Amino acid sequence: MTDLSKTPETTPARDGAFLSVQDLKVHFSTSDGIVKATDGLTFELERGKTLGIVGESGSGKSVSSSAIMGLHRGTNAILSGQIMLDGVDLLKVSNEDMRRRRGRDVAMIFQDPLSAMHPYYTVGNQIMEAYQVHNDVSKKEARTRAIEMLERVGIPQPDRRVDDYPHQFSGGMRQRAMIAMGLINNPSLLIADEPTTALDVTVQAQILDLLQDLQRDFDAAIIIITHDLGVVAEMADDVLVMYAGRAVEYGPCKEILTNPEMPYTWGLLSSVPDLTASTEAKLIPIRGNPPSLLNPPPGCAFEPRCDHVAKVGGDLCRTTLPDLTPAHSGGNHTKRCHIKNADEVYEAEILPEIAPDLVED
Amino acid sequence: MVAYIIRRVIVGLLMLVAMSFIVFALFMKNPVDPAQFSCGKNCPPERIEETRQALGYDQPLLVQWGNFAKGVVVGREYPADEAMREANPELVTECAAPCLGYSQQLQMTVNEEIAEAAPISISIALVAVTIWVVFGVLFGVIAAVFKGSLVDRGVVGATLSLYAFPTFFVGALLINFVAIKWGIFPAPGYVPIAEGGVGEWLLQLMLPGFTLAAVYMAGYVRMTRAFVLESMSEDYIRTAKSKGLKGGKVLFKHALRAALTPLVTMFGLDVAAVLGGAIITEDVFNYYGLGKLAVTANETYDLPTIVGLVLLLGALVIIANIIVDVLYAFIDPRVRVA
Repeated sequence: MTDLSKTPETTPARDGAFLSVQDLKVHFSTSDGIVKATDGLTFELERGKTLGIVGESGSGKSVSSSAIMGLHRGTNAILSGQIMLDGVDLLKVSNEDMRRRRGRDVAMIFQDPLSAMHPYYTVGNQIMEAYQVHNDVSKKEARTRAIEMLERVGIPQPDRRVDDYPHQFSGGMRQRAMIAMGLINNPSLLIADEPTTALDVTVQAQILDLLQDLQRDFDAAIIIITHDLGVVAEMADDVLVMYAGRAVEYGPCKEILTNPEMPYTWGLLSSVPDLTASTEAKLIPIRGNPPSLLNPPPGCAFEPRCDHVAKVGGDLCRTTLPDLTPAHSGGNHTKRCHIKNADEVYEAEILPEIAPDLVED
Repeated sequence: MVAYIIRRVIVGLLMLVAMSFIVFALFMKNPVDPAQFSCGKNCPPERIEETRQALGYDQPLLVQWGNFAKGVVVGREYPADEAMREANPELVTECAAPCLGYSQQLQMTVNEEIAEAAPISISIALVAVTIWVVFGVLFGVIAAVFKGSLVDRGVVGATLSLYAFPTFFVGALLINFVAIKWGIFPAPGYVPIAEGGVGEWLLQLMLPGFTLAAVYMAGYVRMTRAFVLESMSEDYIRTAKSKGLKGGKVLFKHALRAALTPLVTMFGLDVAAVLGGAIITEDVFNYYGLGKLAVTANETYDLPTIVGLVLLLGALVIIANIIVDVLYAFIDPRVRVA
């Protein structure tokens, strides 16, 4: 670890995945007690693959990804577990080492590109800065590189727009510029925190396409954080559903979307509007509110909002936190639920509601 | 931008015109007779009448104000009454444009009064502003960076106590201990640069400068701390961090730059206010600056001096506002276009 600048190349690929997060906990110590924003998160991701993390606001999605970026350093957050990126535990490296990795090995793009860019500096200045901090280049070279990246992400007349300020860009263009900024150092992991939430629908599709294109070119691993299952269906290879700081269902994207076995995932699917449904059909929201992370329910965190508690019987849901166990469909699909025959319940009760045409087949 | 500045200057001038009229009107509708005050306590009635004519108080309000406005533009002569000027040509005082009036009490034009007092106020203000901006912003940033730590609490606590001390108390304390008992600084008395050089001038200004700066400095520490903390929690700071920028660059290039905007607003108005005279500080240290001049003029019902000072201070505030607005455009590119 003497020559920090060479670590990404010199670190040999170890056994295991490119990114492997093991039992990650991010707790915040507050005057009211400990807030367990992320409580034991485990997932893996290979280069060139995309993981979608889904969940409501406050479910710990962004907190977990900030932990991978090392953005909790210097705050009151208490982190434990392991974040192995290319064989290096990011929770163990020094602050300075983490700073050097930020933006170079791991980059992040944010939800609202207007507030995520400094209003007083030109787009070019901010992109160049990201390049110059990790590469010993002249201003001119950095500028050329910034223009190159802006062109790559589809900004017209990049040599002129490079001198524009963020407010002179449209929302979609700002997000493109953010992506250019994120990818300028060719990071091996890109975390996109709700990258399309603040954009209008037509632009959303363009940005998602762009991300997929770039992923192919750069062979980066992408974590896409969203609450939009449409985005997940479009982008993700794997899906991790989070609730109250924990994974409640995790597996290949297709499995999760077609054979979900956790009532919370069912609720998410039921909340998605269906374009082809009749206007009479009602959306079924998940009742209640997300639990307090300060005093989470003792058993399953979703129990107070779950319509299927009766299927388990007894006090099990209320008293015992279910483990993340293999789902019926097998493979790598796991779920955190006490219901024994979750696959049957889904087929019989949920599917007819959300996709009646599929049931008739 | 140029058109904008011109527009602002015109509006500013109109505001000054309105201000002068309001001061005039308030003064004249007052039950106290200004001629009586100008003449003195044991003034015989005919002398009062004479004074009234000499100062033009016998004229209707609008005429008086018209004469004043004319004086500002082209200059005028005193006594205001033409017949009196012709009768005693040796008593006539020339007051060149922009003539702000003539003070019977001080026997000189307001312009001369201001020319005498302004350098003192400007000197104190210069020293005070430098002290409070440098240390205010410095300690504010330090407190923000070490938020919640002992350093932060120390800085905040110290500024709070400083804030709580009235200016006259701080001034008296400094004179008593620092100047008289310990003899670190000379007992204050204003020395112009022309007489004692920059060193002597500055030395004499340290105590009044610090006294005036103390309260402002406390305010700037608190404000800077709050503004920096606020901008440190912005999304673009998270972006800057996630680029891998060093802590110093995140703080100075990204956070402080954003915190500068509200600070510049405060700064512009505060500077204008202290340039117009620091009343208490000048009084405690017995410096005959604009503040002390204003107090004396108020006590003696010296209308011309009061009007002149009000207009000067008003002009300073208006100019400071225009400068702040122009500075905004340099700081914040979003303002530039609009």
